[in-house]
Amino acid sequence: MTFPWLTILGLLPIAGGLALFLPVKGAGRWLGMFFALLTALLGFTVAGVYSASGAAALDVKASWITSIGTYWALGADGMGLAMVLMTVVLTPLVLLAEWKLPLEGGKWSPEAFVALVLILEGLSIFVFTANDVLLFYLFFEATLVPMYFLIVGFGGARRSYAALKFLLFSLAGGLIMLASVIGLYAVSAKSGAPSYLISDLAKLDFNNDLGRLLMIGFLIAFVIKAPMVPVHTWLPDAAEHSTPGTATMLVGILDKIGTFGMIKFCLGIFPDASRWVAPVMLVLALISILYGALGAIGSRNLMRLVAYTSVSHFGFMVLGIYAFTTQSISGTVFYMLNHGFSTAALFLVVGYLIKRSGTADIAAFGGVQKYVPVFSGVFLLAWLSALGLPGLSSFVSEFMVLAGTFAREPWYAAIAAVGVILSAVYSLRAYRAVMTGPVSDTAASEFRGRDLNLLEKAVMVPILGVLLFLGFYPQPAVKLVEPTATAAMQRLAVADPAPVVEGVK
Amino acid sequence: MNTMLMPLFTAPTIEFSALAPILIVFGAACIGVLVDAIMIGRLRGWRDEVQMGLVIGSTLGAFAYVVWNARKGVKGPLAMGSIMLDGPTYVAWGALLVFGLLAIMVFRETKVNGGVTAFASSAATVPGSAEEVEADRYRLQQTEIFPLALFSIVGMMVFASANDLLTLFVGLEVFSLPLYLMCGMARRRRLVSQEASLKYFLLGALSSAFFLFGVALVYAYAGSFKLGDIATKMASPTYGSGLLYTGLILLASGLLFKVGVVPFHNWTPDVYMGAPTPVTGFMAICTKLAAVLATLRVFYVALGAERWSWQPVFATLAVATMVLGAVAGLTQRDVKRMLAYSSIAHAGFLLTAVVGANQTDLGRTPSSVASILFYMIAYGFATIGAFALVTMVRNEAGEDNSFAAWSGLAKKSPWVAGIMTVFLLSFAGIPLTAGFIGKWTVFASAWRGGYGWLVVVAVLASLVAAYFYLRLIGVMFAGEPAAKSYVGEASGWTWVPVAIGAAATIILGILPDAVLSMVSSLGAFLR
Repeated sequence: MTFPWLTILGLLPIAGGLALFLPVKGAGRWLGMFFALLTALLGFTVAGVYSASGAAALDVKASWITSIGTYWALGADGMGLAMVLMTVVLTPLVLLAEWKLPLEGGKWSPEAFVALVLILEGLSIFVFTANDVLLFYLFFEATLVPMYFLIVGFGGARRSYAALKFLLFSLAGGLIMLASVIGLYAVSAKSGAPSYLISDLAKLDFNNDLGRLLMIGFLIAFVIKAPMVPVHTWLPDAAEHSTPGTATMLVGILDKIGTFGMIKFCLGIFPDASRWVAPVMLVLALISILYGALGAIGSRNLMRLVAYTSVSHFGFMVLGIYAFTTQSISGTVFYMLNHGFSTAALFLVVGYLIKRSGTADIAAFGGVQKYVPVFSGVFLLAWLSALGLPGLSSFVSEFMVLAGTFAREPWYAAIAAVGVILSAVYSLRAYRAVMTGPVSDTAASEFRGRDLNLLEKAVMVPILGVLLFLGFYPQPAVKLVEPTATAAMQRLAVADPAPVVEGVK
Repeated sequence: MNTMLMPLFTAPTIEFSALAPILIVFGAACIGVLVDAIMIGRLRGWRDEVQMGLVIGSTLGAFAYVVWNARKGVKGPLAMGSIMLDGPTYVAWGALLVFGLLAIMVFRETKVNGGVTAFASSAATVPGSAEEVEADRYRLQQTEIFPLALFSIVGMMVFASANDLLTLFVGLEVFSLPLYLMCGMARRRRLVSQEASLKYFLLGALSSAFFLFGVALVYAYAGSFKLGDIATKMASPTYGSGLLYTGLILLASGLLFKVGVVPFHNWTPDVYMGAPTPVTGFMAICTKLAAVLATLRVFYVALGAERWSWQPVFATLAVATMVLGAVAGLTQRDVKRMLAYSSIAHAGFLLTAVVGANQTDLGRTPSSVASILFYMIAYGFATIGAFALVTMVRNEAGEDNSFAAWSGLAKKSPWVAGIMTVFLLSFAGIPLTAGFIGKWTVFASAWRGGYGWLVVVAVLASLVAAYFYLRLIGVMFAGEPAAKSYVGEASGWTWVPVAIGAAATIILGILPDAVLSMVSSLGAFLR
């Protein structure tokens, strides 16, 4: 029995979150921050254990519900660990960014916000490390509850509508997935003793119609979660009507479960069905890339704009997964990591704008850079990361996805490249409309002398630092995620296309 | 011939020890009836305490006896084969006793109601009459509600374990008649309450008549009331199956009426709404539990060989019930009525496992019976807690069940809203609550029984049903606080069942193993 690192890592923030429901008056935020930092510290310790003694040192397996063959089984491969690290780093930053949560308009107490974010963090860690399908499902659905309350309790005017829409879309996917989860049990039980362990399920033969149907059940949930066009409509609403911190948790962390699940469950359990569905997914990915980018260009609200950029970026990730090359899949996983930080940067800087001016309406801004030079520099950097500028880590992952895709599907890669151009359009347009041009009334009245304060800088420095560091030195991250891609390729039984060299014959 | 020497009459053998759980509750109920007659004058003030003592003592005593007998492994037919003591019986008795006790505790609550119970001070008086006014003025609280509830539990225990059709019918009547009365005993809005009672009684009597006619036809076919004999007879029938099928349909309609399955569900919303809320909570879980068990026993034990003919019918009913419960629930603006439609939807989810009739790996993995038992346990804790909380949201005139009154409840009482959310999430089947594990088990049984498509329909219906639970959560947490309603101060008689319900809902959602493997190992009927 190995030391239960991951169990403690997940339980720690949950315990911290629950502790905040005790009467802790005033100290709540500090206590929450303490737990978040402790979790981050433990997260890096876990990463140390992983690199020192390998993935096996993290595996935990104990029988949980014996009669239906489900286990408390946690473990981390490269992708899981990358997601866990992203989660533990982003959570304290989100808490810090929302340190002075505006509470007018019947919102809840800041302690409740901290508690919900911490509980969400713990549940997400379990989602990213569960090696048992039912356990994964359990936490996958459980994350919806704190997220719902984060939107309802702290969102904008139409928060109730947005929260319900978010929840219903997610539940729709989740319940369809439940049918597949139950189907897996039935197949597994028929083959002998039922087991929900991914390693056991991977031994079963799903190369048949039932296997395809079960895979579709999972896939629908992940497509909604990611989200991809045409089931993305909940995301712009949820982002627009929640606070920037909530939106970061939602898009930066929770939505990753979609692409994470495609790799771990769809590819891992149903390789044959995944190969079968790949052509459709590639087309859907392209539609997401272009539609998301166009949606971003057409947005009048900055929060919606950021949400649409994510739809486009998730399109890239899905493209990378279903292009089935080692490079594209590792690019996707790296992309997932970068996107977490990149989106966090975007949502949080937009949050700083909202905090000063009270609106996220693009038309209200203009010429802001005149008053807040540092702010506008940070704002620019965040958008450059969104468009994938070389030197920032998003570039590396986007390039890997496109290059990998090109090796197998050159035409798809070519169309996806249009998305890259569009991303430059929406990014620079956002910067131009907000920061440059004639000085608007809002800019003059709300931004004069209100450049980023120390707290705000303290949030942005680590995020941009990660993006820059991994942009110039991506090796550690790529090395971390590559085994996941190699394993997925082995499961798929697909070889990388041989490089085509045309030269002198 | 030695026929002369054979006794003309065999004295019935009664296994008193094995039947003790029923007899204890029955005895307590009989004593309870006398309390109102004997305790007069200065003793009057102690009636409630004595009644509650009888309830707690008898249910806990009976529960202990159930556990004791189960530990000893007492099994087999009792009382000349009219009662069958097997795994499902033990679980059903235990659950009925626990849920019965928790529900009756809420009956005793007076603090929330300004010092009086939720029941008419003198139920026999005509609403608005001089006698009623007088009874109210002198606070002449009668306590017949407690023995009535105990009698009802006795009937349910018999119903859930009856091994022949006549005992089944007796059980049905014994638990139904007190319920009809209890429904009409509300202190406030007495006319609505009495209307509900009358409606329930008339429809209930009709369904009993159907049931009895079905019993007669099946007897004509099989020549015996015993479930096991009916099963044997089907292998070598004397008559054509017309008698059997007609009888089967009539039997089913009587049983499914009590479960609340479409098209026999019409009474549910009105009765749930009109009955005093504590009684609704009692009815919602205990009646359903007993009725589902009886349905299972009749169809699995007696008609198991005919399952190819009844499975498609039940599958159709399951779809209709789930869809109607979920869709009609969408339009409700009254918490009790919404919970009534929710109970219809849940009856549909339960039916999916009945349809599956999954018996593979008996004892190791949850069979259909085991999954239904687990589902009922999970649903029961949430139901009792939810109805107990419903009694606490009030306005000046009494309980206020409208969504408008529940609006913004989280601001007035975070605890009430928070715990209600736990129950609603459990109803909706969101993980980390017992409701999810329950749903998983019944759907898994349906799938393993070969009804995968029914699972797909069921998850879609769950989605629709989830919407109205979530809407109430939204009303409580995101709505503007209602001006006229408040959260009443309740005593432990309400809070203890609520707390137990909430704790059990969460524990069974996270660590269901103990209960699930228990019901799995006990999940087989004896024949």
